[in-house]
Amino acid sequence: MIRLDHVTKTYPKASRPSLDDVSVSIEKGDFVFFIGPSGSGKSSIIKLLLHEITPTRGKINVNGKDVTAMRSWKIPSFRRSIGCVFQDFRLLPNKTAYENVAFALEVIGKSKAVARRVVPEVLELVGLGGKEHRYPHELSGGEQQRVAVARAFVNRPLILLADEPTGNLDPDTSIEIMRLLDRINRTGTTVVMVTHDSNIVNQMRRRVIEIEGGRIVRDQARGVYG
Amino acid sequence: MRAKYVLQEVLIGLWRNVTMTIAMMITMTVSLSMLGASLLLYLQVEDMKDYYYQQVEVSIYLKGDINDEQRTAIKDKLAGDGLVKESFYESKELAYENFKKMFSDAQDMVESVGPAEMPESFRVSLKDPTKFEQINTDYKELPGVQSIVDQQKLLAKVFDVLGAIQSLSLVVAGVMGIAALLLVANTIQVAAYSKRREVSVMKLVGASNWFIQMPFVLEAVFAAVLGSLLAGVMLIFVKVFLLEGSLSALTNLLTPVSWGDVLIMFPVLAGAGGIVSAVTAWITLRFYIRV
Repeated sequence: MIRLDHVTKTYPKASRPSLDDVSVSIEKGDFVFFIGPSGSGKSSIIKLLLHEITPTRGKINVNGKDVTAMRSWKIPSFRRSIGCVFQDFRLLPNKTAYENVAFALEVIGKSKAVARRVVPEVLELVGLGGKEHRYPHELSGGEQQRVAVARAFVNRPLILLADEPTGNLDPDTSIEIMRLLDRINRTGTTVVMVTHDSNIVNQMRRRVIEIEGGRIVRDQARGVYG
Repeated sequence: MRAKYVLQEVLIGLWRNVTMTIAMMITMTVSLSMLGASLLLYLQVEDMKDYYYQQVEVSIYLKGDINDEQRTAIKDKLAGDGLVKESFYESKELAYENFKKMFSDAQDMVESVGPAEMPESFRVSLKDPTKFEQINTDYKELPGVQSIVDQQKLLAKVFDVLGAIQSLSLVVAGVMGIAALLLVANTIQVAAYSKRREVSVMKLVGASNWFIQMPFVLEAVFAAVLGSLLAGVMLIFVKVFLLEGSLSALTNLLTPVSWGDVLIMFPVLAGAGGIVSAVTAWITLRFYIRV
């Protein structure tokens, strides 16, 4: 499903690589944590998988497609098979919860009729039934993140990437979001989550890949933060 | 739905930054009307060249003391000359008639001279108007010839002036065009910045590039097309109020600017303005909205 082959990423003007010869293989339906201190290079992995940046060396394969060799006009359709959630939610402040999710459908050419059918369903799934018409500022942090998860999941992507999704949330809310991601994972969606929230990693007991100084120092099934 | 979405985004975009939109439209209007004026002038000068060069003549003025023998000799030479299409003799009386017609406004001037003061001449039209030099060398030494004047040279001066006006309006069109394009680039930057959240979400969920960029490009095209319409209206005003109004005395000398030529400027200017600003917008977006 996701394979990194000897991937090195050196940013321009950086003295040392952010990722140094990293090889990882993630199977369909896996739930994987990338952990490590700030600046360890774990967020670069999400950017590489989204083709926001390209590796300096090495190959990346996602959903059977060679991301490194992908032509730029193919990137949009490639991204439709990947959902993404961030620490800062990235919702549109002038749109309601419903409109935020529907926007993601409409801009990839889905009709309003499809949105009317699918959006309430996915909002229900993330536990926001009844709050469809609230604006982001009328929702709590956890609820905003649920909207973001709904938006990421509404296309039923094969992969869900989460970049510190609990970074702005309190511990209880974080656990609720994790339950939601777990539920999505159980539908067969591969979940890749970058975090430095040790509580969550320890509770979930899923595969943990620890990165330090751009290198993988630990890759453990059912691991803890350590 | 997509067409509606795009149109809505375009109108919102233009309204959000309405002062900039107006500035963009004004500069485009000025630039495109200058371009249109220059094109019209170009068409006009071509028409006039065709028209006047058909009638262009070489005038061979004769000396006051010319005798009949010399006159006949010149006439015969002209009749047998391969370069000459036609020629006719303009007597002093005929010249005076023409003079009276030409200066009918200035009666004093007409009264101060009589037929005797008028030069007599041969009016010669050439098969090839550019062969003036040949005629000049062949005839200027003949007895009885005072001087030879090529009207083409006079016309050439008039066309030079018109050509200079045309170049000037092209230069103004170019300079204003650059200002308009910089405004387009700036407007697009502001629009892209004010919609950066939407754009980043669109990129994230995999909206196609054309879908992301279309509203911005159309914003620029919309302003350009409006500008070109205004420019066309300006040209109509120039035709109605200047060429046919206050400047009509002058324009009677020139061939009239046809409505067809003015109206064809609408699609020409809209096309030119639209394409150039679309390309500018698109290039600007290449720098501001990276995949």
